[in-house]
Amino acid sequence: MSIFEYNGSAVVAMVGKNCFAIASDRRLGVQLQTIATDFQRISKIHDRVFIGLSGLATDVQTLYQRLVFRHKLYQLREERDMKPETFASLVSAILYEKRFGPYLCQPVIAGLGEDDKPFICTMDSIGAKELAKDFVVSGTASESLYGACEAMYKPDMEAEELFETISQALLSSVDRDCLSGWGGHVYVVTPTEIKERILKGRMD
Amino acid sequence: MECVFGLVGNGFAIVAADTSAVHSILVHKNNEDKIMLLDSHKLIAASGEPGDRVQFTEYVQKNVSLYQFRNGIPLTTAAAANFTRGELATALRKNPYSVNILMAGYDKEAGASLYYIDYIATLHKVDKGAFGYGSYFSLSTMDRHFRSDMSVEEAIELVDKCIIEIRSRLVIAPPNFVIKIVDKDGARTHAWRQSVQDVTTASV
Repeated sequence: MSIFEYNGSAVVAMVGKNCFAIASDRRLGVQLQTIATDFQRISKIHDRVFIGLSGLATDVQTLYQRLVFRHKLYQLREERDMKPETFASLVSAILYEKRFGPYLCQPVIAGLGEDDKPFICTMDSIGAKELAKDFVVSGTASESLYGACEAMYKPDMEAEELFETISQALLSSVDRDCLSGWGGHVYVVTPTEIKERILKGRMD
Repeated sequence: MECVFGLVGNGFAIVAADTSAVHSILVHKNNEDKIMLLDSHKLIAASGEPGDRVQFTEYVQKNVSLYQFRNGIPLTTAAAANFTRGELATALRKNPYSVNILMAGYDKEAGASLYYIDYIATLHKVDKGAFGYGSYFSLSTMDRHFRSDMSVEEAIELVDKCIIEIRSRLVIAPPNFVIKIVDKDGARTHAWRQSVQDVTTASV
């Protein structure tokens, strides 16, 4: 079994009309055993940038702490929040620093950039950025997620419709993956508000 | 075959651990206390490589005391758990400790809490947790009977159910267990559950 599949995870982000949604599952497992059903994989960097980290949970926690630290330093020096594109470059650089002993995570970054234009990207565990205009996925359920998102996605959805789409895509994908699931955590971010919702799916 | 498990009740947290010190097929002693008092209101139940277990938990205990001497106030359970995770995470890619930890503590503001920290430094706050082969039995038993805000008597009943399950269903099950509790009055040994007693050795 791959070390990326040790804890189990599923993260997806989608672009809407001047908004974005980022969602993850809630299971923390140790291979076949479930330890917790309320694990947080998505973290807020600031009001307009979120990062979802899939992969090995210990590296998810370490990397999150390092990124918050770097962003706080940036805020002190620049007296402003980081743009999502800049943040993505920072994450990529931090991951590549450990090229020959990497953090075993695949981040999904979602944010609102200049003029409230939504930005999403994902990268592999050594920082290879993959920008997308529609959706990005990562985790043990990524193959199912690709299929579900491709089928359900359409451009320029409003916040409510985007929430429905990303939730259905997430739940149907994690139902086909034994290592992820136990509910979902969805953030829908518009220029004016952040809506956080917990989904109840198949609790197995 | 080391079994450690714990749960949170109404204003208290209970942890139980087996007390066998085993080397290959030989049982060196069966009254080895694997639950260490970190300070007056914290317990650390550890399982894993015996040398690492003792060295690492003592290291954490001394550092927690140092903080208290330097700053005049004790660490909160969350802070101690995060410190422990940090030490495990730093050592992970250099010379890793093979120790799994359940940290139970009581704070005036936060109440009773239990933290699951596995050997690769995954940290999660839980209501019930377990490590080892015994976890397959104790987690399921706790899932069935656990309710939030159990009284001490109910929790001890549940712990006993888990011990009975481990004793009857685990091949080479450890014969003896120690149960420790932490609440507003502090951390202390609650009971031993011994089915094999060695009268010739002294309790260390």
